[in-house]
Amino acid sequence: MSPAAMGLTTRQVARRAAQDIPDGSYVNLGIGLPELIALFIPDDREIVLHIENGLLGMGPSPEPGKGDPELINAGKKQVTTRPGASYFHQADSFAMIRGGHLDLSVLGALEVAANGDLANWSTGGEGAIPAVGGAMDLVSGVKAVYVITRHCTRDGTPKLVERCSYPLTGARVVDRVYTDLAVIDITPNGFEVVELSPGVSFDEVAARTAAPLGDARPA
Amino acid sequence: MIDKRVGSPREAVAGIGDGDTVMIGGFGEAGSPIELIHALIDHGAANLTVISNNSGSGEIGLAALIRAGQVAKIVCSFPRSTNSTVFPDLFNAGRIQLELVPQGTLAERIRAGGAGIPAFYTPTAAGTDLEAGKERREFNGRPCLLEHALVADWSLIKARTADSHGNLVYNKTARNFSPLMAMAGRNTVAQASSVVKPGGLDPEAVITPGIFVDHVVHVPNPQHESELVARGARYP
Repeated sequence: MSPAAMGLTTRQVARRAAQDIPDGSYVNLGIGLPELIALFIPDDREIVLHIENGLLGMGPSPEPGKGDPELINAGKKQVTTRPGASYFHQADSFAMIRGGHLDLSVLGALEVAANGDLANWSTGGEGAIPAVGGAMDLVSGVKAVYVITRHCTRDGTPKLVERCSYPLTGARVVDRVYTDLAVIDITPNGFEVVELSPGVSFDEVAARTAAPLGDARPA
Repeated sequence: MIDKRVGSPREAVAGIGDGDTVMIGGFGEAGSPIELIHALIDHGAANLTVISNNSGSGEIGLAALIRAGQVAKIVCSFPRSTNSTVFPDLFNAGRIQLELVPQGTLAERIRAGGAGIPAFYTPTAAGTDLEAGKERREFNGRPCLLEHALVADWSLIKARTADSHGNLVYNKTARNFSPLMAMAGRNTVAQASSVVKPGGLDPEAVITPGIFVDHVVHVPNPQHESELVARGARYP
């Protein structure tokens, strides 16, 4: 079986991660894959989405032609507000982040290391324009940091590694990783599988992880 | 009598000099004071240091100011855009300097500048490449970095409504950096879609008190970056 055919689709990973966000949480979803989580928040939960450019209570995309170019998310796409929403300036927005007021940040990753180091802002390549945005603030301040990512890159290189090779976004910041193959916690002992995706074996995950992998699944 | 209104964007930016530091509000297109930026291009001040979250899109607004060669350095958190190669081309050619700052640190450095706080410690970026050259100190066992305040000769911002005292309210997520930049600019110019008499704004609803604003320019129908970029506009 090829890696692409094994495990969850990207949308299924987003759906799986959404199940673990408690009712009443204040959450920041990063640009890209993490944004998909907003589509799968269970109907019986009220979760307040924070966008770092100045809104709590982000709603879905507007209907075509109904948006406001000055109501956008961190990915610079037009959004709407939910009842109970609020606007604020950047210093207040990052006080929410850095001050530990947000419950959860879900981010994408280039690499996650077994000690919780995260690399997701720069490949460090020649000619690449460095751009960091709010990622370093998010990982330094939010109470819990989850990563949602494909387990391996397109060419099959593991993204869960012993030590990051790309420039760090933050040191020892990640708590949990959701991938197409498994849900993996970062513990003092390193990576530990807490759940396998349907049809995926522990050994298959271990073979695609470039660091020791513990098994913390419920017996 | 206090009346901070000026007649046009051109008059509002006329005092900006070569080598000045200019803060420009906006996150992406939300809150970008395009008319003031275009007036600054016409004005021609050069060798500017620009402090702004992004580096512009297409070939209008901030991207056009950079393309015009007026910007020697930008202080910025995310100088990348899917639809502009202006900054990357100049950066890779070594013709513009970049000081990359995490977005929250950028906001707080500007806030500190406006609030008379010369520097502060933050855990953001500790242990990363952006720690280079910064003083490190531990608080409660956490490594933190010393970050210095930012101030500017000029701040150019965009509001929804102003009164003639310079009190401002903003539009949705267009608020972003503008209230902070208003505080940190020695001369702050606000363009506003509507301008009312004193008393025309509810004091409870004012976001930026007029003390932080020096000049108010009425720009009734501000252009939107995305619409200009979509039709391939260039400035000038």
